[in-house]
Amino acid sequence: MQYLLMIYHEEGKGPQPGDPDFGEFMNAYYEFTNEVKERGIFIAGQPLESVSTATTVRVRDGKTEISDGPFAETKEVLGGYYLLDCKDLDEALECAARIPTAKHGSIEVRPIATHLETAEA
Amino acid sequence: MRDSGASDGDVRTAVEAAVRTHYGKLLALLVHRFGDIQLGEDALQDATLAALRHWPVSGVPDNPAAWLLQTARNRSIDRLRRDKLHVDKLGQLLAAEASGPPAEEHMDDDRIPDERLRLIFTCCHPALAPEAQVALTLKTLCGLSTAQVAHAFVIAETTMAQRLLRAKNKIRAAAIPYEVPAAAILGDRLDTVLRVIYFIFNEGYYSSGGGAPIEVDLCDEALRLGRVLLALMPAETEVAGLLALMLLHRSRFAARVSAAGEIIDLEHQDRSLWDREAIAAADRLLQAALIKGSAGPYQIQAAISAVHAHAENFARTDWKQIVMLYRHLAESENNPVVELNLAVALSYAENPEIGLAFLDQPELAGKLEHYQPYYAARANLLRRGGRRQEAAEMYRAAIGRCDNQAQIDYLRRRLADLESN
Repeated sequence: MQYLLMIYHEEGKGPQPGDPDFGEFMNAYYEFTNEVKERGIFIAGQPLESVSTATTVRVRDGKTEISDGPFAETKEVLGGYYLLDCKDLDEALECAARIPTAKHGSIEVRPIATHLETAEA
Repeated sequence: MRDSGASDGDVRTAVEAAVRTHYGKLLALLVHRFGDIQLGEDALQDATLAALRHWPVSGVPDNPAAWLLQTARNRSIDRLRRDKLHVDKLGQLLAAEASGPPAEEHMDDDRIPDERLRLIFTCCHPALAPEAQVALTLKTLCGLSTAQVAHAFVIAETTMAQRLLRAKNKIRAAAIPYEVPAAAILGDRLDTVLRVIYFIFNEGYYSSGGGAPIEVDLCDEALRLGRVLLALMPAETEVAGLLALMLLHRSRFAARVSAAGEIIDLEHQDRSLWDREAIAAADRLLQAALIKGSAGPYQIQAAISAVHAHAENFARTDWKQIVMLYRHLAESENNPVVELNLAVALSYAENPEIGLAFLDQPELAGKLEHYQPYYAARANLLRRGGRRQEAAEMYRAAIGRCDNQAQIDYLRRRLADLESN
């Protein structure tokens, strides 16, 4: 089962470039990524640019509406993700707890829909 | 087969009894084999209907549980065959069956493997909403109907049906496992299971005082779950602790409500009505658990309850022992409610002023500001300390924050006593 682990954080919170603990923080990410790769469950994973670069697209009555910023103004924004192939939710939750940002932000774990019947049921 | 001359009514009773007794065990086994709660529930429903058709003709089988299981397994496979989505899964299952499953029809009940532990951990998985954990546990492990679960929690049946459906869908779609959790997370997960069982018990305990009598006794269901869990995890001392705690509460049932339906507090209960057998059973559980080592919160709470159970009357309660146990409990969990109880115990072990001084520590008072029992406890301490004016005010504050009618009536009586003396 594939799970998307979405990393939410408050921008400016947690270790920032230049902070003494920033190197350790990035190192923890590096180690986590390596470990899920070695376990063979890593499919993809990337950080995102700042939410200030986000653009939202909607199509209403056939007209494309484009607006600056994320869909909803919230304190915590999506900062990156991992796509992992796990045995079950417990394995995904175990991985999520070890993403370094989990210590000051939060990780939303969502299964990838396998067929529409499941999603509609 | 037993005699086939039994009446339809007898057979119906036999079917209902067999389904009710074995429901959780059979469902857990089906879920383990076929990997889906809904499928298991539907197949057990099919098997129940089949039993109602066949048993009047063939007689009640010698082993009703094995008959129901075999029938439900066959119906599960039929259902999977009809459902094209599950073709791959069916292939795997049939291959597994062909490689020699145990022949359940020849098994006695004790030899039907008990998979309930997996199902308990699935239903109480922390990825499910707390109210869904409770509902799913009652539905799958206790075999209550959706209507019964809805009735017990006083919500609409359609709302409960949706809640259950959403939970089952999440289990399937997010692949919440049917497994006893790995050792590293077992402690946390077991805490959730114990919390769910104790919640069910407390719902039963506090709703039985006032309002309409409920057809399902949630306290009995919680006790049954506790016994099952202890049989499946005999080494877990907190399971024994919770079961002992529930038994001790249960032992006071006959004494805690008057004939008129009024709550009677511990101080005024007729202790001769306490169920000595339940108390003895709790003692045995608790002693066996405490010998094994460090006592967790449920064991300590049970030990406190046991001190009350063995006190000849309220005045002769060993309050010093209770204070010591509450201090021990406060160390193991940072919980203002424990400190509230400690303050009350101090008021009896020492005097009301010492209890009040403890309760009025600004940090503690701040944490309990929105907790109704804080006001009731403070009123009690003020009254016993002779501060009648303040006590009356505090009873009014407690009444204003209470939403349980029996509790409100109790507090009103205390207030009336205070004002008339």
